[in-house]
Amino acid sequence: MTERRHLLGVGDLTRDGVERILDTSRALERTLDREMKKLPTLRGRLVVHLFYESSTRTLSSFELAAKRLSADTMVLRATGSSVDKGESLKDTALTLGAYDPDVIVVRHPHAGAPGIVASHTGAHVVNAGDGKHQHPTQALLDLFTIREALGRLDGVHVAIVGDVLHSRVARSLIEALRLVGSTTTLVGPPTLIPPGIESMGCTVSHDIEALRHADVVYVLRMQRERMLPGAAFVPSLREYASLYGVTPERVGPSQLVMHPGPMNRGVEIDPRVADSGASLVTNQVRSGLVVRMAVLYDLLTAGPLVAVEPLAVA
Amino acid sequence: MLPAANVLVRREAPGDTFTLVARVLDPGQGLDVPAAVRVEDGIIVAIEPRATAPAQLVLAPAFVDPHVHLRTPGREDEETIATGTAAAAAGGYCAILAMPNTDPVVDSASVLSSLLDRARDEALIPTGFMAAISKNLAGEELTEMAELAGAGAAAFTDDGLPVSEAGLMRRALQYSALAGRPLALHCEERSLTRDGQMHEGAVSAELGLSGWPSLGESLMVERDLALAADEGRPVHLMHLSARESVAALRRACASGVEASGEATPHHLCMTDELVRTLDPNTKMNPPVRAEDDRRALLEGIRDGTISCIATDHAPHALHEKEGSFEEAPFGVTGLETAFAALNTFLVGPGELPLGIVLERLSRGPAAVFGLPVPRIAVGETANLVLLDLDAEWVVEPDGFKSRSANSWLLGRALRGTIVRTIAAGAEVHAA
Repeated sequence: MTERRHLLGVGDLTRDGVERILDTSRALERTLDREMKKLPTLRGRLVVHLFYESSTRTLSSFELAAKRLSADTMVLRATGSSVDKGESLKDTALTLGAYDPDVIVVRHPHAGAPGIVASHTGAHVVNAGDGKHQHPTQALLDLFTIREALGRLDGVHVAIVGDVLHSRVARSLIEALRLVGSTTTLVGPPTLIPPGIESMGCTVSHDIEALRHADVVYVLRMQRERMLPGAAFVPSLREYASLYGVTPERVGPSQLVMHPGPMNRGVEIDPRVADSGASLVTNQVRSGLVVRMAVLYDLLTAGPLVAVEPLAVA
Repeated sequence: MLPAANVLVRREAPGDTFTLVARVLDPGQGLDVPAAVRVEDGIIVAIEPRATAPAQLVLAPAFVDPHVHLRTPGREDEETIATGTAAAAAGGYCAILAMPNTDPVVDSASVLSSLLDRARDEALIPTGFMAAISKNLAGEELTEMAELAGAGAAAFTDDGLPVSEAGLMRRALQYSALAGRPLALHCEERSLTRDGQMHEGAVSAELGLSGWPSLGESLMVERDLALAADEGRPVHLMHLSARESVAALRRACASGVEASGEATPHHLCMTDELVRTLDPNTKMNPPVRAEDDRRALLEGIRDGTISCIATDHAPHALHEKEGSFEEAPFGVTGLETAFAALNTFLVGPGELPLGIVLERLSRGPAAVFGLPVPRIAVGETANLVLLDLDAEWVVEPDGFKSRSANSWLLGRALRGTIVRTIAAGAEVHAA
């Protein structure tokens, strides 16, 4: 018996592990074009989605990923549940554990919450975003998207533009890019770049011109909901857009543009860029599905995908 | 400093009679000699030098902790006077001062008097109580400091919260002259620390936890020292954590301000790397900081700028520290691990000499707060701690006398045990 594996952060991955998941993702992607898209791989397995934050994109992506692999799924949201009645994370984890789920996918507003769930259940735990800390499946889907678009990850230069301070997407991505040999430049106003972030292995610029040299421009959402009233990190969204908005003038013809969504068109990204041929935004959504399938598969089988057979139609 | 006042109370205990043979180390008196110390009815009656004594056994003046949260009244599920003082006795302490941020707040003579009455029934070791600077810790109106001092307040503090308004801080300094007791200050500029979870730096950037920057402390330290200098009143700076704060305190002392400071074992032993585990038992206010800050605190301890080691023992109920780091309250326990942590992480590796550690745990804080200074001398009341410097033990959650187990040291192997504690003449702990 090997130790029960989790995906709590990019730190749980090795470079080989990333390659394996991306290769599995690619194999799974081919099934998306089939008429019969469902695979029998995880039949009889239970995947629980425990979501303490509102989420449409990530939750639907995980749900569909589990269903495409024939797993049973359950969604528990913080609102309208025992959590509303004051149940602690530990008790919720113990309660869910009684159903013997194979995987619990956790989204939580606080860093480290998925680790707490992992310590109180026998399930594999996947972090679907914890506070401003980590969002490892987003990082994996972004790597997959970049690899599919450019054919490589090693030596790729990515500029991440925007609100790094509040972004778990940025933290996971910086760590993942470093793991696979890519380089990262962070671009944003000083108030939205946390001091000391360079130690994660990236460079920092406050000048939007710094994205000129990047192969990929990765645009972060201006997370207005993360800003407490009175704690204005930028004077106005208008000034932010004029200084850091990713416009057609600021993106070269050979550069690719990514965004984790949902986009604020006209704020961090100009609609002409969002809708241009350079934009990989919809590729990212499609990648999200196959990468999450691959992560579930990888955790539950601990090996590379050998054959992908569609579910036999009865 | 201040005249010793009768602010410490305990339940009645007869003086004990015994003899201890050890390396007798009282740095305050320059005493370091193998000897037999004879105590009769709680009074040291003889100190007889011996040719040898067990090398690992050290008899020192017992410790004084000026910063303990006894959680009473209001949160007796976390700590009581009985359990908190038993924890202190097990940690080698002969006197402690408790913080007033309880429910209700210790901001009136009636609350203080009832606490002192309870301590006369329950306290295993001499215990004093600080009273609040501002009513209900709201930072708006001063407490009746003169009446509180008359009722036995050991000092005044709004610990847990800063006195945010400079104007009120100035009034408190002026008015404290009537009380004749020092102000102990929790220095925090809240507009810089609001939402802060841990030290702002590379580790917080990586973990995505909101930063509690060093400046959040040092800016307030600078303000309070400037006010103290202007008013010519003494101030004590609690739980210092940032190198800039140590530098400011050193400058103020050199220019004649009557200022003192304390540092906790966790700030002296650990850095923000500790928080990487996201264990809620590594969350404290102020937070553990970077290695440069830790080095500056050690230098402050060495040169006497920081004359006190205080635990900031802050018990919390288990369920409050079982959730996520960000939801957890600030604070860790410390009374029962203070000496072993300092011995393991600082004395053992040669970062601090044993003599300085013992002095800052005992005479330093006693002098700042005008409490009786524990001394190993004939005729003195026995306030003694017998230490085994070599004994190893593992910190276990069920091994505490304290009612809470939110220690940052759980599961760690430490070196150094408290073999016996004698407080005000009575044996209060024997391992």
